[in-house]
Amino acid sequence: MSEVLPLAAAPEAVERAPKRRHPALAALRRLFRHRLFLTGLFLFGIIAFLAAAAPWITTADPNRLSMRNKFLPPGGDYILGTDNFGRSLWSRVVWGAQLSVIIGISVVALNAVFGTLIGALAGYFRRVDNVLMRINDALMAFPAILLAIGVTAMLGPSTMNVILALGIVYVPRTARIVRASVIVLREMEYVQAAVAAGAGHWRILRHHILPNAMAPMIVQLSFLFAYAVLSEATLSFLGLGAVPPTPTWGNIMAEGRDFMRDAPWIIAIPGVALMLTVLGLNMLGDGLRDVLDPRLRIQQ
Amino acid sequence: MSLLEIRNLTTAFGTESGQVTAIEDISFGIEPGEILGIVGESGSGKSVTALTVMGLLPRPPAKILSGSVMFDGQDLTKLSERQLQKIRGPGIAMIFQEPMTSLNPVFRIGEQIMETIRAHERLSPRALRDRAVQLLAKVGIPSPERRMDDYPHQLSGGQRQRVMIAIALACNPRLLIADEPTTALDVTIQAQILDLLMDLRDELGMAIMIITHNMGVVAETADRVLVMYAGRIVEQSPVERLFDAPLHPYTRGLLDCVPSLEHDRPRLVAIPGSLPEPARRPSGCRFRPRCAHAAPACAETLPILAERAPAHAAACIRLPEIAAAMAEPA
Amino acid sequence: MMGVALRRLASALPVLLLVSLITFGMMRLIPGDPAAAIAGLSATPQQVAQIRADLGLDQPFLQQLVHWYGGLLQGDLGRSILMGRGVFAVTMERLPVTLGLSAYALVLTLLIGLLCGIAAALKQNTIIDQLAMVFAMIGISVPSFFLGLVMIIVFAVHLGWLPTGGYVPFAQDPWGWFRSVTMPAISLALLQAGLLARITRSTMLEVMRQDYIRTARAKGLPYHQVVFRHALANALIPITTVVGIIISLLLSGAVVTEALFSIPGIGQLLTQAVLNRDYPMVQGGLLLVTGFLVLVNIGIDLLYAVLDPRVRYE
Repeated sequence: MSEVLPLAAAPEAVERAPKRRHPALAALRRLFRHRLFLTGLFLFGIIAFLAAAAPWITTADPNRLSMRNKFLPPGGDYILGTDNFGRSLWSRVVWGAQLSVIIGISVVALNAVFGTLIGALAGYFRRVDNVLMRINDALMAFPAILLAIGVTAMLGPSTMNVILALGIVYVPRTARIVRASVIVLREMEYVQAAVAAGAGHWRILRHHILPNAMAPMIVQLSFLFAYAVLSEATLSFLGLGAVPPTPTWGNIMAEGRDFMRDAPWIIAIPGVALMLTVLGLNMLGDGLRDVLDPRLRIQQ
Repeated sequence: MSLLEIRNLTTAFGTESGQVTAIEDISFGIEPGEILGIVGESGSGKSVTALTVMGLLPRPPAKILSGSVMFDGQDLTKLSERQLQKIRGPGIAMIFQEPMTSLNPVFRIGEQIMETIRAHERLSPRALRDRAVQLLAKVGIPSPERRMDDYPHQLSGGQRQRVMIAIALACNPRLLIADEPTTALDVTIQAQILDLLMDLRDELGMAIMIITHNMGVVAETADRVLVMYAGRIVEQSPVERLFDAPLHPYTRGLLDCVPSLEHDRPRLVAIPGSLPEPARRPSGCRFRPRCAHAAPACAETLPILAERAPAHAAACIRLPEIAAAMAEPA
Repeated sequence: MMGVALRRLASALPVLLLVSLITFGMMRLIPGDPAAAIAGLSATPQQVAQIRADLGLDQPFLQQLVHWYGGLLQGDLGRSILMGRGVFAVTMERLPVTLGLSAYALVLTLLIGLLCGIAAALKQNTIIDQLAMVFAMIGISVPSFFLGLVMIIVFAVHLGWLPTGGYVPFAQDPWGWFRSVTMPAISLALLQAGLLARITRSTMLEVMRQDYIRTARAKGLPYHQVVFRHALANALIPITTVVGIIISLLLSGAVVTEALFSIPGIGQLLTQAVLNRDYPMVQGGLLLVTGFLVLVNIGIDLLYAVLDPRVRYE
């Protein structure tokens, strides 16, 4: 279902001049002329806004039951209709968006910290490389979703455990990408020059290697956000995510399954929301890759 | 009649900032059995000229704006891809600069020769293989029968270039275009490959268009030379005359860059500056900004190629002044 | 060739060793007492103790480890609490169902993905390219269980063309099997087809720029031969690596798809095991599937050597 593919970021050569005038500004300008990126940003922006504004834009409690109002189709008093317990789907989907975004951000943060740390250590210090990468290989040998299912099964279903499980699944993949960049950068002349000039390992990593390994990392993290959201929905659809009645998109769809003949909107609304989120993030990632990662840009 | 006759050929590339001409108003011919050298810096349009003749430029972004390429009574610029496929191989064949990457890594070299023949002729498998072995022998591959089943990565650079030549010769072309055939090779191998090309010309009577930035290669092989600069031909001459009495200041500059034992030159002089980018070419004569003899008039008109001596033409409006300056003792 | 195979097998051993160690350790992730968790709230202390003894959790840690590896060597992965039978036997029973579904989905993936990718690359920057890439983008963004639900609503509930779920064994009724796994296979294949199309496109574009393609054209080879022989033979090398990843994704995806369409494969087995706290089953099933994937990847590497003479002769 979700796996970080090698093409999601630059494993091999990350060749870029160590200093240009305003590389970040130049990249930003190109980003904002990139149609795919802008479309992705727009789609994801909507979801992010809903997530952030959830307490103010929903009036009904997402868990308030109202048996008189069950199975109302979208368009009436309830803008997106109600489910089998008469709960407002608008409220549930908006709060579900918040949960998805929180999980996405948490998984991305875990990867940014531990993926970078492990990848940089393995790439820079050959001695730890072997050990770390063997463990990495073993963790990556598990099919992503199955490992996440296994871990959440053991830990028990909860939002926190889903984040933990997705962290365990994806950190090795991120580490591998960071490691590949670091190995290339370590051999670059300006880094060798810094070594020759007597700069310490920590300084070299922080000032010369990590800033230049950032581009593939950022691209990777944007795709990772998409995988995290998708995986969380999958896990909760299977009943392994946050415990019902917590409004997650996967939970809403799982509950709507029994009524899909007569109330298909219960499935369709969170489904479309999930799809647009993932679509937006994937477009965002594609745009970032086009702009930030010259090696992968497809020349005309 | 010439074997190949190019008239007023202009090829352009579409880029983000508009159309840029890579070669402009190129005219020249090649006689059967002749070796024509085309020299110039990289970016001068040599390779684009060759690829235009072969019809191998990706279109778009490349576009032939005007001119004709007559070969065998046909204008190659007017032919369809399918018709061009029939010319490539038996009519005109080409070898490239990078022998390391020009052969397909996943096919055996024998197969890569045989499929060329198969594309143009009907032969029995036995005859096909015999012919491929003969070709490998002809280009000087030792124990060709055994080498047939090797993959490219098992051969050295020089051997790969020999295989490329064998592929090019597979259908007895009447014109062989060699685009920097020795640039990527060791010096000793370079000489062997050039000797091989000249021997093959003598033996098979095909014409060769040899593209290079190396004046030494031209001196050693060519009968006649074209000098290109920034997409245009600036001088055209028989090879001895070009070395004895170069006309265009650019040609003089190129010759001054060549260390020589025979000619008694005071020192090596590099041409100042660099080739202008196609989009930023100067007005008038393109060589003007780098030319020691430039005058205000050079900025006004684009000099055209005009014959100054039998078979010797140059595109420069200040030739008399330059000749006078050179005659004066320094 | 044999050398490649042996070297690859040797490098897979430490991975397998670590994978089994990780699965062994997973049981220790359970907060508190696993036996109590399995037994449930209403269990008596005797029942909990019984379960603990069954799982070997009452023994010292090292002894448990030795026992685990000893079992592995004999193909003994423990007993499923839910089924009351050996994990290995139960898994092997369900494996053909999942493999059949995955193989069907793989065929669909390869057909759609390669076709779209090659067409897009050859017609770069045309409407064909754009349509193929929009399709691929949607493909990688639609969650497979959502696609499955939509298909069930449209094709099974409203149109009645295909069954809403259930499974007919191939041996019993090939046509019935085909009908029962077509929707699952499509919903499983779409994501991978999108991935494959994107990678095939960029790989083909990369390959078509290579010098040897120019050589092939300069030889006067017909266009289809340049593309489908010279370019594809080289593009298939990186694509093969991706197919390895896709097989892993298909097996993962099967978990969800099988749960959705009530197909009695490994996916359903594992989901039920998870929901019923059948920890030995989860542990063993995960290990078997992962071990199977490690073998698949060895196969992929051998295929790699077949496709690329440079690897073969190293």
